[in-house]
Amino acid sequence: MSDLNTAMTERYRSSFLKEVEANVEEGEWVKMCMQCGVCAGSCPLGNAWEHTPQKLFMMIRAGKREAVLSSDAMWMCTSCYNCIARCPRGLPITHIMHGLAHYAKRLGLSPKNQPTQQFAQIFWDNLMKKGRVNELKLGLSMYFKDGFGQGIKNAMANQKLGQNMMKAKRMSAMELFGGHSIKDTSGLQKMIKKAQEIEDAKIQGNS
Amino acid sequence: MTEVIATNQTILVVGGGISGLTAALEAAETGKQVVLVEKRPYVGGRVTQLYKYFPKLCYPTCGLEINQRRAKMNPNLTILTMAEVTDIQGEAGNYTASVKLSPRYVNDNCTGCGDCGKAVTAEFDDEYNYGMGKRKGAYLPHRMAHPQQYVIDPAIIGTDDAEKAKAACKVNAVDLDMQEETVSFKAGAVVWATGWQPYDANKIQPYGYDRFSNVITNVEFERMADPNGPTGGKILRADGSPAKNIAFIQCAGSRDKNHLLHCSRICCMATLKQTHYVQEALGDEGKSTIYYIDIRAIDRFEEFYQTVRENPNVSFIKSKVASIVENRANGNPVLKGVDTEGYHRYENEHDLVVLAVGMQPSVDKASFPVDIVINEEGFIEPASENGGIFAAGCSSDALDVNRAVQQATGAALRAIQVVNRVAGTEG
Repeated sequence: MSDLNTAMTERYRSSFLKEVEANVEEGEWVKMCMQCGVCAGSCPLGNAWEHTPQKLFMMIRAGKREAVLSSDAMWMCTSCYNCIARCPRGLPITHIMHGLAHYAKRLGLSPKNQPTQQFAQIFWDNLMKKGRVNELKLGLSMYFKDGFGQGIKNAMANQKLGQNMMKAKRMSAMELFGGHSIKDTSGLQKMIKKAQEIEDAKIQGNS
Repeated sequence: MTEVIATNQTILVVGGGISGLTAALEAAETGKQVVLVEKRPYVGGRVTQLYKYFPKLCYPTCGLEINQRRAKMNPNLTILTMAEVTDIQGEAGNYTASVKLSPRYVNDNCTGCGDCGKAVTAEFDDEYNYGMGKRKGAYLPHRMAHPQQYVIDPAIIGTDDAEKAKAACKVNAVDLDMQEETVSFKAGAVVWATGWQPYDANKIQPYGYDRFSNVITNVEFERMADPNGPTGGKILRADGSPAKNIAFIQCAGSRDKNHLLHCSRICCMATLKQTHYVQEALGDEGKSTIYYIDIRAIDRFEEFYQTVRENPNVSFIKSKVASIVENRANGNPVLKGVDTEGYHRYENEHDLVVLAVGMQPSVDKASFPVDIVINEEGFIEPASENGGIFAAGCSSDALDVNRAVQQATGAALRAIQVVNRVAGTEG
């Protein structure tokens, strides 16, 4: 998607804010931020990441395109919704953060080894196969995302957890063989594909 | 039975705060008959509870005295205190108002000598001081109260205290048999001036006004700074020790979708004014820190703001405070947030936090006696649908005293126009 990145840079050269407004979900809200800082102060993980929503919104207005889109901050959002509940201007901050993350990934600018980003991709791929999340495979994919050796180590470390989940019938070893699906998996896949086409066309149209 | 003489050419003013009082006086001084209805036992409203005015740092008592004198001297003005409008029927030029009069249990013989207050033992939270400090069961609401007459708290009626008050009175002013009554009278136009109330700080949950004893509101701080107030002008914490390192939090409830939508306009200047109180009371020992989104010292107040800016004992932190927690060891409030100038995360401990709470209009659409156009912020809109009812002062918008008085004078003129039309047709 780096071609798209080049096209977008070219098109919105003068204003990153306009680019965000046109292409990021809920991005049109960014200009409503009055920089009071309540989102930053209310975020339970705020001190764990470099760019709080308040800071990101100001960076967008300041045209700091690279720094915003390659930030790991959006990927750290846990969707606790504290910021939305507290924002005096009613900005859907959580959604903007996810929108930014999504847009950065589309352009290929999101940080490469950011774990929540990796998890998001694994989760999506897993979900799309059967229309349901296969928890066993999801867990295993996460364990082995950094190679076979690390995967074994991770699996051993969480052995007890897995066994207990099976005992409590929260997870079945049988899921390893295909796993159960929704009634019309291909129907779902077609729907998603169509949605993606519409979205891609929209973004391409903007480039 | 109280008798109110009024006609279709009379102007009814609802609310006797600075706006209502101004509208009533301005109209009465043009020769119109005016009836002023005030819920409290005295006129002057919240202005009487201010220690000083901004920007001149002069005393509200000064202007209040002039207004009270104008009121006393004007035969066209009838003031009903402890009175509430319960209903208004009719249309512009022909209204009938119903007013409920609560018993004061003290008649016009009262000289304000205070003997009844001394005789009575029961004490109650003093509403004039927002519940800080106590007042007697027979009391003068405040030193300059107009009318200068005592009030007997209905809670002591039927007790020995009431009899003691009656026995102590040398001028036969205590009348324990007074009853609530409702009077009806005519009016051609109505000036609605029910003013405002401080936004309920308990609703701003993260600031812990309901949980932390050293978090107070700006209206409470105002009473505290007054030498005639509950602390004798000392700035104190809940435990009685002096507060020296004081935080002011702006927009506490204002400009916020979760609270009041509007900018209350007065709070920035009120806080800047209150930093002067800190200096006055504590000198260089008194430190003020103002947490703000942006300072709105509108038009000619900029200079006042700049003077406070230059004071080395006042610091400004551009940040809406996210939350307050209490340091259990010493009861100090700890303010948490991120500042906008540099995005630094802070955890600042202070002796006392003053919430600059906003202005909530005292206009209740649900119980309003007639159809009225009220905007999304809760203020009365100047709309033709309102007929002969005109909002004055903070019923119409968040205003400081200066602007409220100007606005009230305008409202009085509107009301005069209506009754003049009535006079034109009735001859």
